[in-house]
Amino acid sequence: MEQYIWLIPLIPFIGFLINGLGRNVLSKSLVTFIGSGAVLASFILSIMVFMSVPSGADAQPLIFKAFDIINIPTLQVPFAFQIDALTSLFLLIITGVGFLIHVYSSAYMSEDKGFAKFFSYLNLFIFFMLILVMGNNFVMMFIGWEGVGLCSFLLIGFWFTNPEYIKAAKKAFIMNRIGDVGFLLAMFWIFKEFGTLEYVKVFSQLAIDPSAFTGFVLTGITLLLFLAATGKSAQLPLFTWLPDAMAGPTPVSALIHAATMVTAGIFMITRCNELFSAAPITLQVIQYVGIATAFVTATIAMRQNDIKKVLAYSTVSQLGLMFAAIGSGAYIAAVFHVMTHAFFKALLFLGAGSVIHGMHHEQDMRKMGGLSKYMKITHITFLIGCLAIAGIPGLSGFFSKDEMLLGMFVSNPVVYGIGFIVSVMTAFYMFRLYAMTFLGDLRDKEAHPHESPAAMTIPLIILAVLSVFAGYIGIPALFMQDGHKLQTFLSGVVSIGEAHHVSHATEWMMMGALLLCVLGAIYYAIKKYTNHVDGEATGIAKFFEDKWYIDELYDNAIVKPLFELGDVLKKYVEKAGIAAFVLGVGTVSGRASKNVRQLQNGNVGFYIMLMVVGIVAGIAIFFMGYLISK
Amino acid sequence: MLPISYYITLSLILFGIGMAGVMLRRNAIVIFMCIELMLNSVNLLLVAFSKMHYHANSVLEKGTDAQLLVFFIMVVAAAEVAVGLSVIILLFRKVYSVDINVLNRLKG
Repeated sequence: MEQYIWLIPLIPFIGFLINGLGRNVLSKSLVTFIGSGAVLASFILSIMVFMSVPSGADAQPLIFKAFDIINIPTLQVPFAFQIDALTSLFLLIITGVGFLIHVYSSAYMSEDKGFAKFFSYLNLFIFFMLILVMGNNFVMMFIGWEGVGLCSFLLIGFWFTNPEYIKAAKKAFIMNRIGDVGFLLAMFWIFKEFGTLEYVKVFSQLAIDPSAFTGFVLTGITLLLFLAATGKSAQLPLFTWLPDAMAGPTPVSALIHAATMVTAGIFMITRCNELFSAAPITLQVIQYVGIATAFVTATIAMRQNDIKKVLAYSTVSQLGLMFAAIGSGAYIAAVFHVMTHAFFKALLFLGAGSVIHGMHHEQDMRKMGGLSKYMKITHITFLIGCLAIAGIPGLSGFFSKDEMLLGMFVSNPVVYGIGFIVSVMTAFYMFRLYAMTFLGDLRDKEAHPHESPAAMTIPLIILAVLSVFAGYIGIPALFMQDGHKLQTFLSGVVSIGEAHHVSHATEWMMMGALLLCVLGAIYYAIKKYTNHVDGEATGIAKFFEDKWYIDELYDNAIVKPLFELGDVLKKYVEKAGIAAFVLGVGTVSGRASKNVRQLQNGNVGFYIMLMVVGIVAGIAIFFMGYLISK
Repeated sequence: MLPISYYITLSLILFGIGMAGVMLRRNAIVIFMCIELMLNSVNLLLVAFSKMHYHANSVLEKGTDAQLLVFFIMVVAAAEVAVGLSVIILLFRKVYSVDINVLNRLKG
């Protein structure tokens, strides 16, 4: 493994360099080949890593050190890769889903002028994401963390001629920066307390002597880390950037803002699960924040009419559920859901992209309808995605969501109750979207929808297959003895606490109740929204449609006061203070020189006379001094 | 042996003529000559004082220290003439005049 492990991030980086530098020279097919090929190569290597990675309860992570980033007596930060079960799983998700989305983009973006630029950004994103998950210390994770934020910014604002898109890109970047401050402070604090930033050393210190670190320190560090996660993974209070991030091209939404980057927060917390498990207060906070986010965004998703906005809020909601699961201590369930969610949410986004492509860049669902007649493959795969996210038994979302809810139930029944409602709402808004888009009759008579080319439908089919079968690696013990392969696989990274004390009867009942409600929601959504759109919203629906006025709240509470402060500073400090002083100096010297320059009359004789007068005066002063001193 | 005051007076007269010429005349070549005149008045003064000190102070073996300075001044003046005259020639080529009051472009 040692010989090729460093190639996994390196190949996409080379792809980025070639496509980025040759963007005006290379042909589109060559760009596609290089861009997708680089990720495919990484994917193949990732499979090899996945096959040979040590897994199980007492597996030790493999560490491959390349060189030192910082090496001074008090601080060593190596550039090293840590390969364990968790990393290898994320490698597969990133490169696998990434490759499919690259292939898809080659068709989706084929008309775009910035084709090669787009592929180079995507490759750069893959590179940074791999650095994020492969690093063996917090500094490397931070490098990746910032890098993916940068790529996210570049890709949201990819169509940079539209000022609205630029605003969305800036919003995403700034909100992420707020979280990043938390990450930085957490790193400093960890260094102060532990004297090192390498995961293995930090966690082993904690394991050897947990009493050496006070609850205050651990809670502080983990809360700061969680602040970083709320920025990157779009949780309350920093989630508003993700829906706006839909300004980017749809493959970007699928890759960065659904499948990979936004799950970095989950990855980070799972990576540091020893730290978080030692800080119960933080886990409580994570649980509450997660479930609140899930609930708020699910309600918003029910009243959106933009196909991508629904999916965006759905993503935030699902991430909220994952955080709620983590807060309940169900790390593996959250990682499991990251994986299944990566498949079906990427599928849904790409399906939505296919719809948008087929509808000639129309995103408003009120103008769609009846697309199942025109886009057969997109329709079937999209339906599978909807069923998977709704949690229909047999599909991947069912297993992962069920496990998360089980974790919440064990920890806190109230949180479970909200999670239950969120799951039902998920089914409702997904099938509302499905019915408005694919069922009934086409509402916009002008549109001529068409099926997308094979480069777009084949990734859809593959993702649909994965969305169905990915759940079987984590079948709960309820259905099969020794079924939970994922739990065994990850047990070296996440120490499994005490077993869930839930009887099989309770589990059956929970599943049955949820399934019944979900089916009811699906039936109601399809019945209501086939050939029907929401009218003018009133009351609570209006509140949901306007996104709980959170954007307006931030605007009035933070953005506008800042602008006003800027105006005040501009008016009274800049203009009346600094500028007045600087310009005053200029005015005074200008006036003075206007008079003095009369002396420069161009008459050489006059100059010489002045010189003589000056010399005589000088000598006179000298002699005066001489005489006075006598 | 003339008293030193004669030399000083002559030197002052020469210097005054030179300075008046520089200040009042407009022809660049004349100004140039006047500068030379001023330099030479100083030379005269240096030689005179050097000689005087030599006579007044027989302890000194040599009374020629100041006379050395005269040679320096001459060399510098010669170099200055070489540069100055060429400047005047170039000036003449440009404006067909050696009147320095033509050169008032930097007038404030």
